[in-house]
Amino acid sequence: MKNKQVKAFWSPLAAGIGLGLGLMFMFLIAGHGFGASDFFVRLSAFLSNALMPEWTEDNNFFFTFSGGYNPLNMWISWEIVGMALGALIGSFMSGRFRFKIERGPNIGVFARVALALGGGILTGFGAKLAHGCTSGLGLSGGATLAVGAYVFLIAFFIAGIVVSLITRRIWQ
Amino acid sequence: MNFPLEYSSGVMIIIGGFFFGYFLEASGLGSPRKLNAQFTFKDWSVFKVMFVAIVVAAVGLYLFNLLGWLEFDKLHVPTTFFWAMAIGGALLGTGLSVGGYCPGTSIVALFTGRIDALLFMMGMLIGVFLFAILFDTILPLYTAAKGPESQTLAQLLDVQTWVILAGLIVIAALGFFLGAKIESKHNSVIQAQDLDSRD
Repeated sequence: MKNKQVKAFWSPLAAGIGLGLGLMFMFLIAGHGFGASDFFVRLSAFLSNALMPEWTEDNNFFFTFSGGYNPLNMWISWEIVGMALGALIGSFMSGRFRFKIERGPNIGVFARVALALGGGILTGFGAKLAHGCTSGLGLSGGATLAVGAYVFLIAFFIAGIVVSLITRRIWQ
Repeated sequence: MNFPLEYSSGVMIIIGGFFFGYFLEASGLGSPRKLNAQFTFKDWSVFKVMFVAIVVAAVGLYLFNLLGWLEFDKLHVPTTFFWAMAIGGALLGTGLSVGGYCPGTSIVALFTGRIDALLFMMGMLIGVFLFAILFDTILPLYTAAKGPESQTLAQLLDVQTWVILAGLIVIAALGFFLGAKIESKHNSVIQAQDLDSRD
């Protein structure tokens, strides 16, 4: 069933210009660009600390986040609130909001959910290893012309293209 | 003018984040099917949106710096850790192929109703936890081949910044040209209407 109320996506050029101006705005007011993965790093450390305070305190990576630390008291948490509002308001106003489990036509719900979890594990690990993610390192670092951002982006696209040769069945 | 300002919380950061979420949603990059169609070259939206955004912000910041409105040296420019960033980038490319998202787009996906994004987020929390468990083992890789502090492409290649900006504009234009050719040949751009299911 096609819903006539659904508005088309913006053209990539128009959306890219909007995103670029938004990114510039963030640099001007905060001195850094957008981010995303650091929120999940901090949330993971927070949950670890809540469940296993002693282990977290002894962990050489997590201990830097523990000890009376409030995950909300970070710029990135405020940014995530804005992101959520932007996505929610944008999708409601355009009729594009849909509760669903989005998947390719050749794959079941259970497989999709399991792969989402597995892909998330690789991504969480990889984003911490890379010192940032597609937003914080690729997009924002890319706008400052940082060398590391382009190392990241080239590896990201090559791996994505190569792995998609095997995994394209998931989406097509 | 005296940019950058030093906001780290409050309504200004929420507004910045709003633009991020709004334009990702508007371009369709909250959809894992649309994101993955980039890697099979059927839909070039990821490359186009990302590259245009990078060029617009980079040129804008360059001009503000030139006009004396911005102290570019005060901006956060990440330092290169070659192997960590290359391997981490490859893991994110793999994660997107398998799981459908990257960290930022998973947030947009969840707040456009995609429940699968919640599983992806739980996976990320587990992935970070695994990183913490393995931290002592990974540390040498995490910090290997460190580049000069906050090195930019202009510094690496020893050219003026505008040369790099011009190069990025050429690459973006080539991407648009090539992408348009392939997309129109296969008529394979994923439209909002194509994703309109309640499943």
